[in-house]
Amino acid sequence: METIIGIKGKDFVMLAADSTHPHSIMVLKDDENKIHKISDSLLIAATGDQGDTVQFVEYISKNILLYKMRNGYELGPKAAAYFTRKNLADYLRTRYAYQVWLLVAGYDKKEGPQLTFIDYLANTLSVNHGAHGYGGMFCGSIFDQYHYENITQDEAYEVMRKCAREIQKRLIISQQKFHVTVVDANGVRRLDDITAENLKN
Amino acid sequence: MALNDILKHMPSVGDMLSDYKSTEEMDFINLSQNKVLSAPPYSNPVENLAKLHENNDNIKINFDHGTTTLGFIYQGGVVLAVDSRATGGQYIGSQSVRKVVEINDLLLGTLAGGAADCTYWYRVLTSECRLYELRNKKKISLAAATKIMNNIIYSYKNSGLSMGMILAGGDMNQVSLYYLDSDGTRTMGKVFSVGSGSIFAYGVLDSGYKWELTDEQAYELGRRSIYHATHRDAYSGGTVRVYHVKKDGWNLISEEDCLDLHRRYEAEKKK
Repeated sequence: METIIGIKGKDFVMLAADSTHPHSIMVLKDDENKIHKISDSLLIAATGDQGDTVQFVEYISKNILLYKMRNGYELGPKAAAYFTRKNLADYLRTRYAYQVWLLVAGYDKKEGPQLTFIDYLANTLSVNHGAHGYGGMFCGSIFDQYHYENITQDEAYEVMRKCAREIQKRLIISQQKFHVTVVDANGVRRLDDITAENLKN
Repeated sequence: MALNDILKHMPSVGDMLSDYKSTEEMDFINLSQNKVLSAPPYSNPVENLAKLHENNDNIKINFDHGTTTLGFIYQGGVVLAVDSRATGGQYIGSQSVRKVVEINDLLLGTLAGGAADCTYWYRVLTSECRLYELRNKKKISLAAATKIMNNIIYSYKNSGLSMGMILAGGDMNQVSLYYLDSDGTRTMGKVFSVGSGSIFAYGVLDSGYKWELTDEQAYELGRRSIYHATHRDAYSGGTVRVYHVKKDGWNLISEEDCLDLHRRYEAEKKK
């Protein structure tokens, strides 16, 4: 029901996520953060089953931090995505399969930016742009038209605004506010929220 | 064993039970370890327990349900307000349930959903919080207490637990409010309402809520929200209890019968 979207540029990855926390037919909360900062160069955006997302992302992030402590160097964004995928896949055929949909975004000084799409079946794909949730269905064509290889951060933010605007126009579920976070060579930065009010301007 | 006798009447479960030669072989782990629940002695409890309701010739089990509880943060702390009715199906089991659990002199929790599940796990949480205090020589924070509860609940996910809790208390020298439920959700927020009457409570609560509320206004908002829920929701009623939580402890503000409130609000409206 919730939406997470991601865009990769030449030297950054930008993630956006709506901030609702739905509970049956109700919005329990409208300032939920779904973009989790794992380290200074790694972000995971997660949606899905309420309990599972928090529990799974916490498990993954603590293990990635443990790896850094043990080895003195960090898992790169590719390795982090494969580690996440492996855990999800191992749990898939158990009674405790995690119902989570993820976007793993990271920046590596050698490898550059990396955006990985992972679904609850542990399908994993390195992508230039990706989205999960009902809202995500509206974003595919917007990305196809407006995303290009050398897209700048400002242009990517504008594409995020286009996505949010389309979701608020066409999706029956209300998603009033989107959090936006970017990761690049300078680390992780939270950008201004995209809200229904500031989309009018 | 009483449980065993009940289960024998369920055709679907009776067959599974025959795998066990005697009651001793069934794993009643919670008799020796009181913080662990033994799963019912058959597979897939969520599905099979529901079969009790399907054949209405034998035994009917209705768990106590139906509630309105709320909690919100404002400038002066947290207000928790609850009703006191417990229902099993159409039957009102009790009009005098204490739905606010006093965990210690800093922490309070509300219960909604399965009354048995909530009281059982609150008892476990209370003892865990006391043990933390004895081990660490300091009071447990609300964040830690809710995390303990959440981890317990999450380990029983999809086993049929039914609970919705709001916890409030002092945390790092400020007051905060958490919502927990049996799906494994644990989240911090400003305004929460849980239970069958929550939709009615939210209506009043959201339209009257603001951060700058005075203490008296806040108590009245909590009380009125629960009152309106008891009026509209058949599964909520009895006594409306209002608690106030500050960073140095909590107070019971009022306990009033919802009929008395109804008469009072009705008279006020006529004026």
